[in-house]
Amino acid sequence: MINVRNILLALLLMMGTLAIAGDQHMMSVQVRESQVRSTPAFLGKIVGTVRYGDRVQILDQQGGWSRVVLPKPNLEGWMHDSALTTKKIVFKAGAADVQQAATTEEIALAGKGFNRQVEEEFKAKNPNLDFTWVDRMAQTSVSQEQMQRFLEEGRLVPEGGAK
Amino acid sequence: MKETTRREFLGRTGKYAVAGLGAASALSTLLSACASLEKVSLPDVGSLFKVSQAVAKSFEDITPEQEYYIGRTVGAVILEKYPPYIDDRANAYINLLGQTLARASDLPETYGGYHFLIQDSDDINALAAPGGLIFITRGILRCCKHEDAAAAVLAHEIGHVQNRHGLQAIRKSRITSALTMIGIESAKTFGGEDLARLTETFEDSISDISATLINNGYSRAFERQADLAAATILRRVGYNPNGLVDMLKEMQQKLKPGGLDFVRTHPSPQSRIEDIQKVIGTYQLVKTPAARQDRFAHALGVV
Repeated sequence: MINVRNILLALLLMMGTLAIAGDQHMMSVQVRESQVRSTPAFLGKIVGTVRYGDRVQILDQQGGWSRVVLPKPNLEGWMHDSALTTKKIVFKAGAADVQQAATTEEIALAGKGFNRQVEEEFKAKNPNLDFTWVDRMAQTSVSQEQMQRFLEEGRLVPEGGAK
Repeated sequence: MKETTRREFLGRTGKYAVAGLGAASALSTLLSACASLEKVSLPDVGSLFKVSQAVAKSFEDITPEQEYYIGRTVGAVILEKYPPYIDDRANAYINLLGQTLARASDLPETYGGYHFLIQDSDDINALAAPGGLIFITRGILRCCKHEDAAAAVLAHEIGHVQNRHGLQAIRKSRITSALTMIGIESAKTFGGEDLARLTETFEDSISDISATLINNGYSRAFERQADLAAATILRRVGYNPNGLVDMLKEMQQKLKPGGLDFVRTHPSPQSRIEDIQKVIGTYQLVKTPAARQDRFAHALGVV
């Protein structure tokens, strides 16, 4: 009897450990868009793009970078840790999700808190505060190729190489 | 809910260091609930405990998405202080330089990314909003004799973003209040009263940050952290960290006593030079290749 109970307990413990281990290896993209790179370097070749809320499996971590894999699209490479969170990002939260968010550290509610709705409300109260140039700034983007050309033309040699 | 005009809002910026507004009902509700903790039954104690766990939060719990919205509005307030300098070539160059530097920082990824804009003012100033909107005046660019120096200005501001200094200027009670509302009350989009309360907390948070950035300045320790981050970023990209020293030497000569810019909000350039040299070593001349100097002069020559 005691043996059976011990075995059951051991099984339960193992299942629990496996569940936790499985969970620990998943992370979410916490920025609007991010790149997966072939090497853990800031100008590493881009092999794919991921978006806010995408779940990635972590295979390895080193020096601020994580080697990740995504099932769809089938993608493997390196992402900077600043783009990732251990929380699961919930887009359409039901009451149960909200309760869980309030009581655990496991999920984050996308679009909650200080969001577009709050910004609109703020703008309505402060109609003369001008966001035109803030919006224009957001449109400026610099491609990886432009950065590489900029470094080469300026005779700049990044630590550890540019690739 | 009280209506606030823009003038009132901007007028309040800077005064909030002493005002304890906006801590709001969520916190006081909790405090009063805690006061009567002894009287409640066991299941109630359990749920109160869960709520108080959720309340015990800090700026670190502000998600990048929320930081992005805070940063946008702080950016709009910064643009009230100085208008944009409309020069596509100069701004494109600053973005190319700045975004390349940001990639090499410890926080290359923010929700909306890093974006840079020159402002049309002789003041010697540079301001970073949370999330990566970075503003630099023509005045501070004139303290830069070469690209390595301009890179140092931008890298210092990236350092403030990387260390989330702006968010740390928000009074803790406001964060507690906002995060409590987010967790507990918002199953769907916010209703009128919740939205009004959250917007007020948002507004107060913007005031906290703007007051620190524009009027009071960060602590000396934060400025030192930003200079250290700048030196690291410059090295990673291949710039000479003495670009920062060159820029500070120029700034020392150009700053005017009594100004409302870096004179007021930053430690003296001389003390910053002394601090940074403890890390990067004695001064070494910055040698910029001709191609780098040419493009710098071409882009910022008339600034």
